[in-house]
Amino acid sequence: MNDARTSRTAGAKEAGGPAASGADNAIPLSPSRRAWRAFARQRAAVASAVFLAFVVALIGLWPIARHPAISSYLPEAITWSPTALSEAQFTPPSPAHWLGTDVHGRDLLSRLVSGTGISFLVGIVGAGMSLLIGVLWGALAGYLGGRWDSVLMRIVDILYALPSIVFVMVLMAVAEAPLKAHLTRALSSAAGEWASLLLLFIGLGSVSWLTMARIVRGQVWSLRARGFVDASRALGAGHVWILRRHLLPNLAGVVIVYLALTLPSVMLYESFLSYLGLGIQPPQASLGYLIADGAGNINAIRTYWWLVVFPGGMLAVLLLALNFLGDGLRDAWDPRSIGQ
Amino acid sequence: MTAYILKRLAFVGPLLVVISFLAFVLLRLAPGGPFDKERVPASPEIEKALRARYHLDEPLGQQYLRYVGLWWEKTEPRGWRRVNGGLIVGDFGPSLKYRDHTVNDIIAQALPVSLSLGALAFCLALGLGIPLGFHTAVRKGHWDEYAGSLLALLVICIPALVVGPILVMVLALKWQWFPVALWGGPWHAVLPTLTLGLYFAGRIARLMREGMLGVLPSEFITAARAKGLSETTILLRHAFRLAVLPVVSYSGPLLADLLTGSFVVESLFQIPGIGVFLVNSALSRDYPMVVGLVVLYAVLLLVLNLIVDVAYGLLDPRVEYE
Repeated sequence: MNDARTSRTAGAKEAGGPAASGADNAIPLSPSRRAWRAFARQRAAVASAVFLAFVVALIGLWPIARHPAISSYLPEAITWSPTALSEAQFTPPSPAHWLGTDVHGRDLLSRLVSGTGISFLVGIVGAGMSLLIGVLWGALAGYLGGRWDSVLMRIVDILYALPSIVFVMVLMAVAEAPLKAHLTRALSSAAGEWASLLLLFIGLGSVSWLTMARIVRGQVWSLRARGFVDASRALGAGHVWILRRHLLPNLAGVVIVYLALTLPSVMLYESFLSYLGLGIQPPQASLGYLIADGAGNINAIRTYWWLVVFPGGMLAVLLLALNFLGDGLRDAWDPRSIGQ
Repeated sequence: MTAYILKRLAFVGPLLVVISFLAFVLLRLAPGGPFDKERVPASPEIEKALRARYHLDEPLGQQYLRYVGLWWEKTEPRGWRRVNGGLIVGDFGPSLKYRDHTVNDIIAQALPVSLSLGALAFCLALGLGIPLGFHTAVRKGHWDEYAGSLLALLVICIPALVVGPILVMVLALKWQWFPVALWGGPWHAVLPTLTLGLYFAGRIARLMREGMLGVLPSEFITAARAKGLSETTILLRHAFRLAVLPVVSYSGPLLADLLTGSFVVESLFQIPGIGVFLVNSALSRDYPMVVGLVVLYAVLLLVLNLIVDVAYGLLDPRVEYE
């Protein structure tokens, strides 16, 4: 079966792409394979994916450069620790500090790399939570329909009308101290340091699932009226079976697309919160925190431009790449663009 | 249509009750109180008196009912009297932080600032975004399509908290064209408006472009061409009207967001708008202030969404109201 498909599609490729494969009676590609092919044809999106993979690898490998066994072979500039203080306050970019230093003499490059890592982490976890809650919520509302649907979707409407910043702030204020105490007691004082980050995950995840729930609900609503669902039900399939086998797989496209668009918005939101002093707490730093730090040092006498330009540029480039990626995924999965 | 509007308006009331209750309860759950950060810590008696003065010692449900204005007190000989004020008559109560002001006072001072900043940014976003999106869709395949789309994407990806400091460093500090901060004459408004509006201009340009690209291949456009209408008429009178719909539906929440203030821009330029008060009062547990601002935001959002839905129907005759 698998062999047959690969040989057929190889033939189709010669005949001019997947669009032609339907014409000569070959087995058509599954929608997801067709979409991934369409994605691979988009240069900007693929380049963004490669760039993002490179950034992630860099973040993962960065701390290794500080290992005593290899640090002596590397240029000094990439071996600084993001938290090491020094006398070199506000050094402009130089061979020793490629991106300069901040008010405490900390190397900006190493802070930028670790900050990008934290921003990424928050974005991925926040988007992941929006995936989990949003898909379940929307799928339930759309599948159950009727009264359940209106109750679940009214809750979404209400949460939409609440300014989410207040919600996240209250959450941080209510839970941070108890959670920190609990983590310190149960694990270690190092774990207590992560309390604010953990809360940030929960807060951002719990406000970013709303749009996902709406999209999924609409999709399920239209899917469940389709013939194959009725057929499955007539054959005696239960609710769980229908949800898992028929509805969720058909949602994959829409969910992947929206997930790629949620990631940058969660990262942006985190940077706003950190900018306001509500997100990441020092000594940890995210990109938003670094930008706030740089903006706080703007004055009329001297401008330390590198403190704003580098973290800001990094955030902008990341958002750009994520948007290209999201657009590429959307174009690939959009049924209107298939076959073009 | 009228029935639809009335139905939607009837939904606003209960929704506001739920929202104000949620905000009220969530805030009270947070540890700390409004009198914690006094310059001199008050003696227990004084704090007790303060709490009694603002009814913070009552049960939570009673406090909420009092806040909404649905609390009756026993009057001396006999009978019941409704306690004055409350949300139902539009009274948000006293501020616990700015002790001499009511929340209504503070909103009356801060709202016009946020409103004018928001309205300016909204005009900038529409004024730049719609023509840009329209143009890039019509000129598909030309160099200006790529340049315009790239521009729209760029302003989306450079967040306000990056644009703001860079504008200040270059235009205000280096070249000294505009004031650095504060809110005064029209020159003060330029940098904050740019910072706030550019991002949304990019969003609107992309929505407009997608709308146009979706509408242009439709059959009624082909029919209009076949009738021999001029290209300008087809684009402006036939295509634009439908293509602008996504922009219209995005404008509602956008306007509510812009009007109630963007805290980042307000804090960057030290503009005394609603956003500053919202965050500060949540941090200092100024309960009536936060709930008041949340309710204000919710009212704006609900009303603007209703206006958007009605405008949608006027623009697209295929929409039917249930």
